[in-house]
Amino acid sequence: MSNKQRAVLRNLPVYMALIAVSVLVLFPFFWMVTTALKEQTKIFLFPPQWLPSPVQWGNFADVFKVQPQFPLYFWNSLYTSVLVTVGTCLFAALAGFAFAKLQFPMRNLIFLVLLTGMMIPTEVTAIPMFNWFTKLQLTDTHFPLIVPPMLGAGGMFGVFLLRQFFIAVPSELDEAAKIDGCSPWTTFWRIMFPLAGPSLATLAIFTFLHSWDNYFDPLIYISSDRLFTLPVGLKLFTDTAGTEWQLLMAASVIATLPLLIVFFFAQKRFIEGVALTGLK
Amino acid sequence: MEFADVKPEPAKAVVRKGKTNRLNKHEKWYGYLFISPMVIGYVVFLLIPIIAAFSMSFTNASLLHESEFIGLGNYKKAFTEDPLFWQTVGHTLYFSLGLIPLNLILALGLAVLLNRKLPFIGFFRTAIFTPVVTSIVVWSIVWKYIFATDNGLMNQLLKLIGITGPAWLYNMELAMPVVILVSVLKNVGLNMVIFLAALQDVPKMYYEAATIDGASKRRTFFSITLPMISPSLFLALILTLIGSLKVFSQIQVMTDGGPGTSTYVLVYYIYQQAFKIFEFGYASAIAFILFFLVLVLTIVQWNLRKRWVHHEQ
Repeated sequence: MSNKQRAVLRNLPVYMALIAVSVLVLFPFFWMVTTALKEQTKIFLFPPQWLPSPVQWGNFADVFKVQPQFPLYFWNSLYTSVLVTVGTCLFAALAGFAFAKLQFPMRNLIFLVLLTGMMIPTEVTAIPMFNWFTKLQLTDTHFPLIVPPMLGAGGMFGVFLLRQFFIAVPSELDEAAKIDGCSPWTTFWRIMFPLAGPSLATLAIFTFLHSWDNYFDPLIYISSDRLFTLPVGLKLFTDTAGTEWQLLMAASVIATLPLLIVFFFAQKRFIEGVALTGLK
Repeated sequence: MEFADVKPEPAKAVVRKGKTNRLNKHEKWYGYLFISPMVIGYVVFLLIPIIAAFSMSFTNASLLHESEFIGLGNYKKAFTEDPLFWQTVGHTLYFSLGLIPLNLILALGLAVLLNRKLPFIGFFRTAIFTPVVTSIVVWSIVWKYIFATDNGLMNQLLKLIGITGPAWLYNMELAMPVVILVSVLKNVGLNMVIFLAALQDVPKMYYEAATIDGASKRRTFFSITLPMISPSLFLALILTLIGSLKVFSQIQVMTDGGPGTSTYVLVYYIYQQAFKIFEFGYASAIAFILFFLVLVLTIVQWNLRKRWVHHEQ
């Protein structure tokens, strides 16, 4: 018996508990995928069919037939989330750097005021903003999904995170750059921004997840089908596809897969990022 | 002219000082320039809207008619005339109080189990964290399918053992517990990871000392582990509570507030009032009550954290 096997056997109760929870948590993914690959007539068989037979790859193609806008939803989600993520990271890093490394009057006061923004719920500010965006004819555009999240509460969280990081960078570094004649911009862009890689990655992951998952904003701001993002498009699909669960599950697989792939490749960064920010 | 002839030396010093001043002056403007996007964002997307929402809560603003100042009318309506408001508060508390103990105890238990060097531990950590990175809408749709009345998997399994399952999400008593269960499974990985990080930060020597003193496992857990990770526990408690007060997506997807109004929660009610029937004034008042709750909890969190600061590094 190898050491590994012995360790597993000795801790059998621990493993049993962990397996039980893992099964419960992973089961929806399994059920989503098997259902997505079943024939429609096999969906409601009794007793339930655990593995699809015959495997119906055509369901994925049918999703696009029933809902031709689906690739568009995907694109809308992707490009708005990428823009929010890039913008948040850049502006949060700029502000975080200024608050940590540059001298200017009222610096700490302004920082504290910005921090209060983190606790303002979107659900509260959405009501007046909906009115203004309506007047400016910005509802039913992607503007409300991109700019307010970038520079709103999420942005303030980014400023906080990045300032924490830049404060820990030894001041010899930016002082040396200053003596060598670097402008604050050069110091930021050439020296500080690249250094912030790990913190930026954490912020980027959070922002992207949050934006990709954003349901409330598109629900209230977007009314044209072609502008929907995936969550709203999927919800609409549940209303129109009715009980064609195999199509609904196929669509869900398509909507979930990209994020899961990113997660499995960068899971260490994800989990450490959560632990890092959770402890702050 | 005369002064310049008499005292050349200080003049030199002034020149030098002037140079550093100019540098600092530049730095000042760079500073303001760098923070300006976020400051503008704060003012335009947070500060002004929150003030506008507050003042709107004293009006009867609506899409249907001109808005008028009605003082505390909306708050009076919420607290004394609108039974649905109190129901909504009740459902929100039900959700929070159901979710929090389940979530925190399960997360802590899992973190303790995962906090050991064993084969495959990393796999379990990843598995339980996976729902956290899954879209809440997808997660809710899949569970809605599992809990479907006639042919959902849950009821089919019950049928296998001869039980006719209930209409889970269309049952006044069962809809909310199902939503709570689904929400716990979605997010338990988040708190688990926070607790796991806290557990790994507890210095090993404390446990060694406890072992030497002959402390039991239970005693060690309650006297060392729990106090040492209390800041994380409290942080997770407050963040989970704030999050649960703002629950919306899973409700909107799984039950749409129903059956009847049995799963109406605060944000769902705000959504329904503001964006379905366009009663902006009343919706703002409810939104402000929510904001007030979040504000109080955040302040409590900051103050209590200071007391526990000796645990933090």
